[in-house]
Amino acid sequence: MPGALSPLSFYIHVPYCLKRCGYCDFNTYTPGELRNGGDLATVSDGYIDLLIKECNFVPPAGPIPTIFFGGGTPTLMEPSDLGRLLRHLENRFGFTEDAEITIEANPDTVTAEKLQQLKEIGINRISFGMQSSNPQVLKVLDRTHNPENVFKATEWAKSANFEHISVDLIYGVPSESIADWRSSVETALSLPIDHISAYALIVEDGTKLAGQVRRAEVVMPDEDETADKYLLVDELATAAGLSWYELSNWSKPGGECRHNIAYWEGKNWWGLGPGAHSHMNGRRWWNVKHPNAYREKLSAQNSPMHDEEELTVEQIEQERIMLNIRLPRGLPLATLSAEQVQNLLPYRESGHLDAGSWGSGNLTLTRSGRLIADRIVREILL
Amino acid sequence: MPAIELSKAPQPASTNPEQIRNFCIIAHIDHGKSTLADRMLGITEVVEQRNMRAQYLDRMDIERERGITIKSQAVRLPWRSGIDGQEYILNMIDTPGHVDFTYEVSRSLAACEGAVLLVDCAQGIEAQTLANLYLAMENNLTIIPVLNKIDLPAAQPEKFAEELAKLIGCQPEDCLRVSGKTGAGVEELLDQIVKQIPPPVGDANAPARALIFDSVYDTYRGVVTYVRVVDGHLSTRDQIQMFSTGVRHEMLEVGVISPEPVVSKGLGVGEVGYVITGVKDVRQSRVGDTITTYHNPTTKALAGYKDPKPMVFSGLYPLDGADYPLLREALDKLQLNDAALVYEPETSAALGFGFRCGFLGLLHMEIVRERLERESNLSLISTAPNVVYRVKRDDGKELIVTNPSEFPDGKVASVEEPIVRATILAPSEFIGAIMELCQQRRGLLKGMDYLSEDRVEIRYTLPLAEIVFDFFDQLKSKTRGYASLDYEPIGEAEGDLVKVDILLQGETVDAFSAIVHKDKAYAYGVMMTSKLRELIPRQQFEVPIQAAIGSRIIARESIRAIRKDVLAKCYGGDISRKRKLLEKQKEGKKRMKMVGRVEVPQEAFIAALTTDADVDKAKAKK
Repeated sequence: MPGALSPLSFYIHVPYCLKRCGYCDFNTYTPGELRNGGDLATVSDGYIDLLIKECNFVPPAGPIPTIFFGGGTPTLMEPSDLGRLLRHLENRFGFTEDAEITIEANPDTVTAEKLQQLKEIGINRISFGMQSSNPQVLKVLDRTHNPENVFKATEWAKSANFEHISVDLIYGVPSESIADWRSSVETALSLPIDHISAYALIVEDGTKLAGQVRRAEVVMPDEDETADKYLLVDELATAAGLSWYELSNWSKPGGECRHNIAYWEGKNWWGLGPGAHSHMNGRRWWNVKHPNAYREKLSAQNSPMHDEEELTVEQIEQERIMLNIRLPRGLPLATLSAEQVQNLLPYRESGHLDAGSWGSGNLTLTRSGRLIADRIVREILL
Repeated sequence: MPAIELSKAPQPASTNPEQIRNFCIIAHIDHGKSTLADRMLGITEVVEQRNMRAQYLDRMDIERERGITIKSQAVRLPWRSGIDGQEYILNMIDTPGHVDFTYEVSRSLAACEGAVLLVDCAQGIEAQTLANLYLAMENNLTIIPVLNKIDLPAAQPEKFAEELAKLIGCQPEDCLRVSGKTGAGVEELLDQIVKQIPPPVGDANAPARALIFDSVYDTYRGVVTYVRVVDGHLSTRDQIQMFSTGVRHEMLEVGVISPEPVVSKGLGVGEVGYVITGVKDVRQSRVGDTITTYHNPTTKALAGYKDPKPMVFSGLYPLDGADYPLLREALDKLQLNDAALVYEPETSAALGFGFRCGFLGLLHMEIVRERLERESNLSLISTAPNVVYRVKRDDGKELIVTNPSEFPDGKVASVEEPIVRATILAPSEFIGAIMELCQQRRGLLKGMDYLSEDRVEIRYTLPLAEIVFDFFDQLKSKTRGYASLDYEPIGEAEGDLVKVDILLQGETVDAFSAIVHKDKAYAYGVMMTSKLRELIPRQQFEVPIQAAIGSRIIARESIRAIRKDVLAKCYGGDISRKRKLLEKQKEGKKRMKMVGRVEVPQEAFIAALTTDADVDKAKAKK
């Protein structure tokens, strides 16, 4: 369509949780942190209207291909409120015919009825924070949910006719054995899902977990064991018919999260909400982090943007390599210099790069290569 | 009031030697020498109260911070004796307080007729003090035993008076008791210096002979040389001549320190002061040399001149290779003020361009390094210190090795290493621990004496190489800090020595090669390989670390290949964070040194070359 406006995805941040998990350093707040003695209803009052207000800053764009509600805990919002925002976006930009609209959900805070309502407002993909099926591991992660809830929640989601259902898993948690991990992955794969994400636990500065590690109250597992766990989830998921389409994501055919892929492919998206990041045509910016600061900015009719960066040609190239290498399609060798290819030869020999695609002019990571993707990126960028 | 106003005091160049007393203070680090000196400056009123600062005579920051004197100084103090009411000039010659500077100490002593033996009466005499005391006694100096810090609650003046009396052959009650802190007893000490120490004796009409006991480079004045006139007279009109080299210099200025420089017409017999000739390098005006006049030169030098000989060598490299020219400049500058420092350029495959530097000892090395870092703002990495080896090859050729990597591969006929005579003073309960340590370090027991009921003097000969490698720290830790050590070189001896190389993936890392005794090669190899295994990050491939003598592998470790180096998640589209992390990692990679294909972070080199004791010291500093 010549002259058509280019598509724009939306990330919508909900910065609220009832409780902060011990490993989490995301931009999220409990009602108590925001207002002493406040409950969720009071602290989040009018939040959706603020998001709608931020939409005023979005320039005209084509129909929306993907929307992602992340958090925080977006399911803490009333479905009717989320619906109001979706209708606003739909009226303003329109949705593509196959628009993917995802919400992250805590298995503890959903009911069959709520899921039904979420489906009714147009959300068609749901991703549950399962993390593990092992109660001890969940306890170390400081998660509140009962593993049983994940069964129920995914079943309800299936009954509510969500097109895509996903679960998130975390591995490499202190005290988690290989057997624990295998059981988590097998449990996840037995659910009515078409997608899983599996992330190695990162101890972030300033979290409760970081303090526990520092005081040696918990011991982080050996990196090699964590690598084994990655290989295990890749093996089990593949056997169950889910193949990797990004380093930490596996899906059945057609179950890929297109919103996620948009990030890795450097597409344009707008992030609504405090601390949300946006990218449009080589420009990245991010909003003020704190919900109160966000509220103040928008109440005064100001943009909530905190800072921005205009990517240089070199940075755009760095990002291309850094992001595309995480995908099965990899990087065409023809886009690299002779020196860069030279630097990669030892990795080709050691089996970190796929022989077949190398032969046909493409850099694609093997399983072991995916585990050292950052190192290979550094090798290319130097 | 026994102080004399400066202008009314006997003046330089016209002071009767009978009125002069030249003395030094022999004391261990932290036994209170600088505080006592401060007190003397105050009581004699050469420094006004309002200008007084602590450790007045210590000029360098390092001296003040570490509480040690690196260079000596001489201060002229006018004093009216409380005993006979006569006017006197006391020249206090400050001596360096460390084993590395024994030669300089001996020259300072040679400039005096007497010495104040200052001992902290809560700690007792230490090995270094004892060594300097013996030096003073050999120079026939009059010794005045003084117990300091009598104000301390832990003071045991009776006990240590006994000890001193036994050492120098006097009565315990002959020991003066002072407190540098409160000033108690200091006036009496000054009077006793006048009474007990003989005046200098010299021939005023003979050709001039003056002993250089210190030589200091000053940015504005050039080299300032401290001298003690023995015979004759030095005056500004003279042209002077260095006895050892025969080189002639114009005399630009003569003066005394009181305690700031005061220009005088000259210096007469027995006097102590400074001369400035315009030379720019202390090596042209060396400690121990004799100054005479060009028009009427002496034919007989004062005894005891020696060239300083470096005993300990280490490679110094800038952390940032681009700083190499800066390091050269800084060394050149430092050498102007340090005749004992030697260096020559050296290249290390692992560390890049640097210098092999020779030092008098470990403290000298530490001080030089600290001054380079502090005064020139350099970050340095130094290789493990080593001594000088004399290697005879099978073909009869002889080789002097100051860097382990120059040690010949293959068979050698013999290797000789420097040997020292070490004296250790400690409470007797530690005899067992000390002997065990010395035994491990290839020591030979030479004798043991009780200084008092519970303190012993233990004498050993030891290879210097064993002392250079964390001996002092070990000694301190095995004796809860109570032992003190002194040593002096006594020659060379053949040793069963081998070079141990450390190989990373088959490539020798020159910075880690060491020359060690055959019996310790294995322990060194195991220590280094396991240390490196911890320090070097995992690589894409497995990296074997080996220790080898020639082609024989004596220890082996391996660093497993890395398996995981990836960040799983991107946080809500925060690509910038990921990219910045990558940029940071890229910077880190630039700081890596390549050994063959192995990336070794600079921190690993530093940590591997640092002994555990160094690490503790660094922590203690913080």
